[in-house]
Amino acid sequence: MNHWIVVPVVLPAVLAAILTLSMRQTPTLQRTVSLAGVAALLAVAVGLTVEAASGAISVYELGNWPAPFGIVLVLDRLSALMVLLTAVLAALVLLYAIGSGWDQRGQHFHPLYQFQLMGIFGAFLTGDAFNLFVFFEVLLIASYGLMIHAGGRRRLKAGVQYVIYNLLGSTLFLFALGTLYAVTGTLNMADMAERAAEIPAGDGALLRVGAMLLFLVFAIKAAVLPLHFWLPETYAAAPAPVAALFAIMTKVGAYAILRMYTLVFGPELGVTANLVDQLLLYAALITLAVGMIGILGSKGLGRLAAFATIGSLGTLLIAISGFREETTAAAIYYMLHSTLAGALLFLIVDMVRERRGADTLVPGSRMAQHGLITALFFGAAIATAGMPPLSGFIGKLLILDAVRGMDAVWLIWAVVLGMSAVAVLGFAQAGSAVFWKPLPDAETTKAPAQAPPVALPMVAACAMLGAIILLAVLAGPVMRYVEATATQLHTPGDYIAAVLGTR
Amino acid sequence: MDSAGVLLPIIAALPFLGALLPGLAIQAGRNTCATFTAIPTILALTLLLVCTPSVMRGEVLTFGLDWIPGLGLNVNFMLDGLGLLFAGLILGIGLLIIIYARFYLSPDDPMGQFYTYLLLFQGAMVGIVLSDNILLLLVFWELTSLSSFLLIGYWKHLPEGRQGARMALLVTGGGGLALIGGMLILGNIAGSYDLSVILTQKEVVQDSPLYLPALILILLGCFTKSAQFPFHFWLPHAMAAPTPVSAYLHSATMVKAGLFLMARLWPVLAGTPEWFWIVASTGLITMLIGAKIALFKDDLKALLAFSTVSHLGLITLLLGLGTKAAAVVAVFHIINHATFKAALFMTAGIVDHEAHTRDIKRLGGLRHLMPITFTIATVAALSMAGIPPLNGFLSKEMMLEEVAHTHWIGPHWLMGAVATLGALFSVAYSFRYIAHVFLGPKRHDYPAHPHDPGFGMWAAPAFLTVLVILIGIMPMTFAGGLVRITASAVTQSDPYVNIYHWHGFVPAFWMSVIAVLGGAAVLAFHRPLQAMWNATPRPEAKVMFDAVTRVATRGANLLTDGLHNGALTRSAAIFSVFVLGAGWIAWTGAEMRPATRETLPLAVLPVVGWILLVLSTLGLVVVHRKRFVALVLLGVVGLFVSMGFVYFSAPDLALTQLTVEVVTIILLLLALNFLPRETPRESSALRRIRDAGIAIVGGVAATGLSYAILVRGFAEESISAFHLTNSYKGGGGTNVVNVILVDFRGFDTYGEIIVLGIAALVIYALTETVLKGPAGRWLATWQSDTNPEGEAGDRHPMMMVVATRVMMPIALMVGAFIFLRGHNEPGGGFIAGLIVAIAFLMQYMASGFAWAEARQRITYHAIIGAGVLIASLTGIGSWLAGRPFLTSDYGYLHFPPIEEFEWATAIAFDIGVFLTVLGAVMLALKSLSNMARSAGETVNVTAMDINPARNDSAREGNT
Amino acid sequence: MELLFATAIGTLTAAGLYLVLRLRSFPVILGISLLTYAVNLFLFGAGRLALDMPPILRKGVETYTDPLPQALVLTAIVISFGMTAVVVILALGAYLSAREDSVDIDPETDRDEETGT
Repeated sequence: MNHWIVVPVVLPAVLAAILTLSMRQTPTLQRTVSLAGVAALLAVAVGLTVEAASGAISVYELGNWPAPFGIVLVLDRLSALMVLLTAVLAALVLLYAIGSGWDQRGQHFHPLYQFQLMGIFGAFLTGDAFNLFVFFEVLLIASYGLMIHAGGRRRLKAGVQYVIYNLLGSTLFLFALGTLYAVTGTLNMADMAERAAEIPAGDGALLRVGAMLLFLVFAIKAAVLPLHFWLPETYAAAPAPVAALFAIMTKVGAYAILRMYTLVFGPELGVTANLVDQLLLYAALITLAVGMIGILGSKGLGRLAAFATIGSLGTLLIAISGFREETTAAAIYYMLHSTLAGALLFLIVDMVRERRGADTLVPGSRMAQHGLITALFFGAAIATAGMPPLSGFIGKLLILDAVRGMDAVWLIWAVVLGMSAVAVLGFAQAGSAVFWKPLPDAETTKAPAQAPPVALPMVAACAMLGAIILLAVLAGPVMRYVEATATQLHTPGDYIAAVLGTR
Repeated sequence: MDSAGVLLPIIAALPFLGALLPGLAIQAGRNTCATFTAIPTILALTLLLVCTPSVMRGEVLTFGLDWIPGLGLNVNFMLDGLGLLFAGLILGIGLLIIIYARFYLSPDDPMGQFYTYLLLFQGAMVGIVLSDNILLLLVFWELTSLSSFLLIGYWKHLPEGRQGARMALLVTGGGGLALIGGMLILGNIAGSYDLSVILTQKEVVQDSPLYLPALILILLGCFTKSAQFPFHFWLPHAMAAPTPVSAYLHSATMVKAGLFLMARLWPVLAGTPEWFWIVASTGLITMLIGAKIALFKDDLKALLAFSTVSHLGLITLLLGLGTKAAAVVAVFHIINHATFKAALFMTAGIVDHEAHTRDIKRLGGLRHLMPITFTIATVAALSMAGIPPLNGFLSKEMMLEEVAHTHWIGPHWLMGAVATLGALFSVAYSFRYIAHVFLGPKRHDYPAHPHDPGFGMWAAPAFLTVLVILIGIMPMTFAGGLVRITASAVTQSDPYVNIYHWHGFVPAFWMSVIAVLGGAAVLAFHRPLQAMWNATPRPEAKVMFDAVTRVATRGANLLTDGLHNGALTRSAAIFSVFVLGAGWIAWTGAEMRPATRETLPLAVLPVVGWILLVLSTLGLVVVHRKRFVALVLLGVVGLFVSMGFVYFSAPDLALTQLTVEVVTIILLLLALNFLPRETPRESSALRRIRDAGIAIVGGVAATGLSYAILVRGFAEESISAFHLTNSYKGGGGTNVVNVILVDFRGFDTYGEIIVLGIAALVIYALTETVLKGPAGRWLATWQSDTNPEGEAGDRHPMMMVVATRVMMPIALMVGAFIFLRGHNEPGGGFIAGLIVAIAFLMQYMASGFAWAEARQRITYHAIIGAGVLIASLTGIGSWLAGRPFLTSDYGYLHFPPIEEFEWATAIAFDIGVFLTVLGAVMLALKSLSNMARSAGETVNVTAMDINPARNDSAREGNT
Repeated sequence: MELLFATAIGTLTAAGLYLVLRLRSFPVILGISLLTYAVNLFLFGAGRLALDMPPILRKGVETYTDPLPQALVLTAIVISFGMTAVVVILALGAYLSAREDSVDIDPETDRDEETGT
């Protein structure tokens, strides 16, 4: 029994409790504890990934109750990878948040941050459908707190929308779970997979409804059109470091789709076959288009970054909608890339806001660390637009290459490549406006006085770019792991056997 | 892989590694910087020379290293004649450019940046010509677009620079995207992304149905890069870049990348009619148009830019002919053009640098002032015009010879004629470059005092000019070998190469005679022609391009802001409709078996309950604008829901629902103190009907779904059977629901209490922030009568105060009781927590927050933290027993007053639940009270305060 | 009886949806609460309806109603309670900051001094 599996869930909770219990008045201590916790999580995540890399699927039976009767955490290649990705992101973003002083601009940043991580880790690790719901709620309510951190009129109103929209989502989630339980009589995913396989034809309709509603819930998280309306305002109005952390939240939705529709409602399950994949494909194509067009159409860097997120999600979901080994592999690699790239973009947005007081796409005075920020933006832009040599280009190639087996291959190629051009134009215009155009002399006089730049945020941002570069350079080994992951996902038998044992 | 092949990756990597140096070296001065930029180039060049002999022997050096085998994207390099020629050009001319730029750039230009970009670009170019893997080639290809973007935009303060950079990036980058598609198709046809494999697959590729799409996409990439018609418009605007950049990128190397790729893939793609029609035609048209426009440009660099376009067209034409002989000429002309055109650009740069203008109209007579420059420029220009014995003459003669024997469209001589016309214009603008800049009378109105620059600046062009002459006089000696080896690489065979001056009175001879004489004549009539040209309207590419991008941006903006207008009402409606639609699709996709479960009989009580529930719900909708009434009705609805739970044998749910109901309503009440009392009637009747429609459909859907479920049994036995059988002996409790909550599915409960805890933290943080912000100041000055919308601060009668004081201990007792029996009877930590919270709550409402808080020992944060901690530790505790998280253990105890109950570690867990719930609710309330107090309204500050002037005392109470 | 139960859920859902589509935060919150009731009942119904057989083990009693959905609903109730509390205070905060309680964002008036959006 490997207790490490539950640590990513329990450790943040305990830390958050301690932070709330005794350290509310001591910022330095909070920061130290928070950082230490994230560092520890990173270490654990690496350990778990190494273990999962062996190909073995480890199951952790909470309360020592056997599946499907109790709740289980399941560590396979995918969940381990996602945990690792989250840990890396969390560490860098936390560094930035502390360096930029964001964490002190409101109450409870660190406890909420830890709770947020707990929810995300739980969602990645759990093998139980209802428990997934619980962790969704945990990560959501924590995200509400982080999103409205430091307040402000626009932010609070955006927060209201964000919360209400997601409350609708949660309601839908419960409808889906109720339906699925009513049909299959179980909540454990592996068990559900087994039971769904031998469901009597007469219950097909109910099962399909359950599967569809569940898909829609995840689609909201993954900002699939037309369920994406919560995203732009939220991400643009949230504190940029928080938005950077949110880069992983949309991936929770993508992960859940990938998990549920390979394990429970896999392609070979007759009654739900072709239920979501077509829907997802075309929705994803539109998502991609709207996102990339949004990059071109945004008037502020924050909104631009938000739409870049949507666009990359579109690309990711196109790959996911293939539901075959090669597309899944491409999707997972792209997921790693787009998480880091999206986060980096938001960190840059914050640096500009901090220095210019606004993020509108107009010429401004020279900023502190102007050159570095410009370079970072250039890097983030080519990564997001999928230009070489960064991971975005590789991810795009992987996807284009992987979708060859699909019927809509020409459409996909056309949209993906065409939209890259739109994104390039958008980034080029935004970048040259914000970073190249010198301010008309008249205005240079009343340029905001700038505080001396702090090193830490810049370090965090550069590290993020470094991670992206690393992802490109080590694409070979990464792909080996990712391909193995895809294979594991598409042979759900192993997962089921691991969870339920051979009964 | 042979030993020499190992050098290839080093050659490709050197410029990239070198790119790190200038930025640092600039600290040590401009010369050092230039030197450190030159060193990697020189090294790479040397290594290339090391490889040369074996390549000249006809070997092909290769190097292979896996990068992403899964994708087929590997670091495979190869060096053959073609690669050698281009690598030589790139590095050789690159070196000259570096030297030239050292003297060209002014002291206030950031030189380190410039050299960094230049080396990045150089590396990318070398990468293109050495790649053996077309995906790798794509990487380098797009890299050239990016680095050229940086180089063209180098002078950031110039708007032309920024626009030119964007245009170049979009056109060439966009072409690159097309190229990606083409390459992927090509690779799939050939079954490999490795060139060495693809080059052997001619038949397979050309027979494939995908040949044409692949060809078109690839050519799109090549034509955009090489500025072929109709994509030629970006090149002149890229001339906003510093002259070294123009000379390097836009004459010698980058614009040749397209040609290189056509040459590289010539063995696979060429030879088909499609190839001939597309490539040859494009080349021919580009050649003519480029030459014509060049003739009428007054800006020296623009003139050279368009002449470049025209010569690229010439080479494209030759490649397009698809014959081996033509390929040989193409290769030869690539060499020649690189030499004389780079030299010309540099001279143009010198003139610009010395005379401070590039406008031909303001120049002339410079031969007296800058003889050296004059000589260099003249020789190079004559070569460009194709005057014997210079090298330009040789390749042009051979070109004319080829086209003369090619039948295009219409009469068989048409292509020859067009080519001759192009050559004629080419002669004209070449002569003009000499005549209008250097010849003629010396002028006195130069912006500056031009004179020959230092050796450093004219050395590079001079060297190139020497080459022009040498190759011109002794072609076979100085270029023959290179041409042969390159051409053999292009044609994948050993073509016959023999270059000489006199071919006799062949058509080509007469054609060039016509060209030269005609060109001279045209120049003679340049002034009237120019006037005519200026008079004739013609499409201005830049304007059109700008218009397109502007429209695109505007459109994108409208679309984006239109779609995302921040209206939640709309997005929520879309959400509902989409969900219902998708649900319908799923529902209708498969059949339903008939109902299997016999339904429960109707009874009076539930029917009455149902009617009341429905009535109160509908009533709520009707009166929802009257917020208090609506709130009361909400409570009623909740009441009936919990009754429903009781009726359908779910006592725990009933209790929970009830207690939660109470707390929620209280919360809403307190919140309502600050919110407007009424909801204004805003949405139009149409909107209301639409919403009602959506709502009704939703209701029907929910009804249908749940009814379909209720009348059908489980297909398989539910897992809850296990819970029923194991609840007592496994979980040690008879209340199965509670055992599930704290044991079987304790992990859910763990998450659940954490949600509550977070909720409290969020609420607290939020109120703190709001009160610190403008809203807080607003609140502080807020009087109920000055508040237009009115607020609902109600008073707390003395009776209630007394009652609550008395009830307090009882409530606590009840809480404890409920808590302890929870494991076996309805109850448990959660409900207990709520009950106690409610007891405190009543205290607060009756006696005022200040009073209660004055009597409060521990902070609610602590309570929450402790609760979560206890729950977590209980879970972790089981690790000590080697069991998983949250494994429970239990035994039995007996407390006389209360019934016998069993202790279980689950109890400790439940205590955690209890504390968290209590703390969470109280913290939420406290936050609200803080808000209330800063408003100085709606709450008693001191116990039993019924003093009407409590506003003032409230302020005092605050301070 | 099942029909009554189902229609009750339907009514609550419809009413909830209608209110959720309103313009001001308060009715929207009321709507959310109604939807919560609806979905809780629905989830409860997933265990099918049963009379007088609460899942509290007694000697000699063999048949009990399905306890699992009850546990799930209990969790759901608690969670939605937390959510409601947050959204209420959040709406209140938004109202106090913006001086109006519409749920729609007007890009013109709803400007934020600090993000510049």
